[in-house]
Amino acid sequence: MGVLAPSSEAELAEAIRAANAAGTPLRLLGAGSKTALGRPSTGTPLSLAAFTGVSLYEPEELVLTAGAGTPRAEIEALLDAHGQRFAFEPIDHGPLLGLAPGQGTLGGMVSTGASGPRRFQAGGLRDHLLGFRCVTGQGEIVKSGGRVMKNVTGYDLSKLVAGAYGTLAALTEVTFKVLPKPETEATLLLETSGEAEALAALRAAAKTAAEPGGLAASPRGAPPLRLARDAALIRLEGPAISVARRVEDLRAALGGGERIDASQSRDLWRALRDAAPVADQPGQAWRVSVAPTDGLALIEALRGAGAPLLAHFYDWVGGLVWLCLGEAPDAHAPLLRAGLATLGGHATLVRASKEVRARVDVFEPQPRALAALTRRVKESFDPNHVLERGRMRAEY
Amino acid sequence: MALSMPPPEAAILSRRDEIVARLKKILPAENVIADEIARRAYDCDAFTMYRALPLVVALPETVAQVSAILELAQDLSVKVVPRGAGTSLSGGSMPLEDGVLLGMSKFNRIIEIDYENRCARVQPGVTNLSITRAVEGRGFYYAPDPSSQIACSIGGNVGENAGGVHCLKYGLTTNNLLGLEVVLMGGEVIRLGGKHLDSEFYDLMGLMTGSEGLLGVITEATVRILPKPSVARALLLGFASVEDGARAVGAIIARGVIPAGLEMMDRATIGATERFQPCGYPQDAEALVIVELDGAQAEVDHLTGVCEEIARAQGATSAKISTSEAERLQFWAGRKNAFPAVACIGPDYLCMDGTIPRRRLPEVLLGMEALAKKYGLRVANVFHAGDGNLHPLILYDASIDGDSERAERLGADILRLCVAVGGVLTGEHGVGVEKRDLMGEMFSQADLEQQMRVKCAFDPQGRLNPGKVFPTLHRCAEFGMMRVERGEPRFPELPRF
Repeated sequence: MGVLAPSSEAELAEAIRAANAAGTPLRLLGAGSKTALGRPSTGTPLSLAAFTGVSLYEPEELVLTAGAGTPRAEIEALLDAHGQRFAFEPIDHGPLLGLAPGQGTLGGMVSTGASGPRRFQAGGLRDHLLGFRCVTGQGEIVKSGGRVMKNVTGYDLSKLVAGAYGTLAALTEVTFKVLPKPETEATLLLETSGEAEALAALRAAAKTAAEPGGLAASPRGAPPLRLARDAALIRLEGPAISVARRVEDLRAALGGGERIDASQSRDLWRALRDAAPVADQPGQAWRVSVAPTDGLALIEALRGAGAPLLAHFYDWVGGLVWLCLGEAPDAHAPLLRAGLATLGGHATLVRASKEVRARVDVFEPQPRALAALTRRVKESFDPNHVLERGRMRAEY
Repeated sequence: MALSMPPPEAAILSRRDEIVARLKKILPAENVIADEIARRAYDCDAFTMYRALPLVVALPETVAQVSAILELAQDLSVKVVPRGAGTSLSGGSMPLEDGVLLGMSKFNRIIEIDYENRCARVQPGVTNLSITRAVEGRGFYYAPDPSSQIACSIGGNVGENAGGVHCLKYGLTTNNLLGLEVVLMGGEVIRLGGKHLDSEFYDLMGLMTGSEGLLGVITEATVRILPKPSVARALLLGFASVEDGARAVGAIIARGVIPAGLEMMDRATIGATERFQPCGYPQDAEALVIVELDGAQAEVDHLTGVCEEIARAQGATSAKISTSEAERLQFWAGRKNAFPAVACIGPDYLCMDGTIPRRRLPEVLLGMEALAKKYGLRVANVFHAGDGNLHPLILYDASIDGDSERAERLGADILRLCVAVGGVLTGEHGVGVEKRDLMGEMFSQADLEQQMRVKCAFDPQGRLNPGKVFPTLHRCAEFGMMRVERGEPRFPELPRF
């Protein structure tokens, strides 16, 4: 099957309108590094490679606009050269999916709503996407938002396209709020007897004024640390003088802990960002978002039910649980979701074979009224289900 | 440029008694306000330029009642305008003569405070400030702090995506929200988010935030609460020109400092606030910058030095650093009272809310000055300098014939200027009716139609808060897959207002 490669928004709109007329779906292609995320979609590949390059970067204004097809690594290098970064710390899915790290485009990053450990403090990708240009599933060239930090003019459609896996529109240009990198960072590592104690330490730290920008719990043996005991990991960022003080304050508040210095701290959080504890382990992987106090309850429910839990760890004070489970045709979805039915929250299957992802609800099923509304929202952009058909829901 | 609203539907007006009677079957009689004098109290929000007497005011107390009212409204095809505390500056809750005004003021309970998960579950009528009041005893607060925080409600904050003076570091409402319960037109109740961080599918909670009451009625919100910083300190910096002040703001951010607050006021506002609420602002300054730094003591000490040094290097003519919490609050007192202070010299004012790329500030101020001269009006400026959100306050006298219209025309020109330099019409006050007819300055017809299609996904009959945000009225069926050749005006038969 040939790959469509429009060279302008007008050509992209034409291609999408033609697909609407013919009733043939399209698969959106950036770097192709995330095709194993979501349900398998069907359709003619449509490359967004033409939409590349930085059109605006004003470090003093904390704003960057670039084509959606621009390699993410290129942008991160540019920001780094100016002492800035994406504060939402987007995960690099490469290691989890068995691919080389450092691939992917801005469009893919937006479409998967990629956020990392700092989300608890600094917000997720959805909080930093100021605006975008796109061609909708109906073939209309549309823009939303802007290039300024504060904007309530019209609906905030940025929130919708962040994490929509391309099911609403083909993004052509994205605008981000970018933030200064802190002068330094350090991590306080507190070994505990048990996961409950580690998670309690995270919650205690989250209630202090230390402004932790990373609150994860690593079960014993989990990579990259492979400690003999469970541990709470608390990252502090800022001016050196402030980091030193806050580490000491937290150590006093939590009754101990070992300080990990900047360079090792950076490596550690990069590994956690990319889900190293589950990425290294073969098996089916889930990413579960719950209230921070419910992360452990979920793991205990799975253990109680005899689920083959191969690896796991907690981020976001316990509210983000990464799981690796032994292979099963249903990826243990019923078991996991039965647990969530009482706790609240949702689970996303992030690594499984194509066959399993086609069979299992990769994204959390919704109650009837919400499911119907969600579908109407999808159809308000893409009435004929042309874009990424089947990627998020089997029915569209 | 008189505002035109959708004409009241005679068929609805003639059924008023029936609608009131049906509402009284859903609500206790005292929660249905049908009497004209009592309804008069609801005839506008804080955008007082335009008023309308609502058909009837309904004050539900339970989710079931809200659901029943929205089901009734759908059945009878009656318009509904949701209203929180009525503090909208853009007319977001301006009533319709043929619409039910749905007042959410009785939803005033804090349902749950969950310190372990750092969140509070509240009803929409709870005021912004009362959340902080409820949690401050344990050292927490709710970050977004619009100037009206003593009165404005969380439901309205979500509807407008309210900001405040701490947005640059702590974000707007949308960045501090975890969950919503929403009743849709027709009465269905949905829950979005919860106490967890990520959306499970499309981020409909993010979409609802700032949707100005056009998509659904909020009946509960879960908001994040944050531990209060150990120290907060404010710097009061005077500058000989707005350009100097703007340059200092840019230099602070360029140094990698993100202050908790970064505000600027021009000479007109400095003078007005000093008369209204004396708080020691330098009267010789052309521009006043307030920098607030918060965090650990060591960090605040360090950054205070950095900011003071930058300010001196950029030619600050005065610099005061707060030495106590009382002094810090005093520095803010003038800024927080800037609107009422300006009202005293107005006697009336129209508050604009454009956001611009920060470095364009000097030219925008000059442009505004020229425009103000052209219209023969005065403008005082309050500026959220850190995030580029500008509040020009246009002074006029409503008792002078034609002054209101001139103020409105000047406001529109100022917003056009903001858009022309890469900015937007509204940073935190919302479009409402006030900026509705300017949407075309920023958005193409295709942009607006996509937004209206989203509206149709929530409210296919277009009965929830119509006449707000979008400059043209439409029927959802028109947004199907039909396509019109380029260049042809779409739906020329539709009323434009």
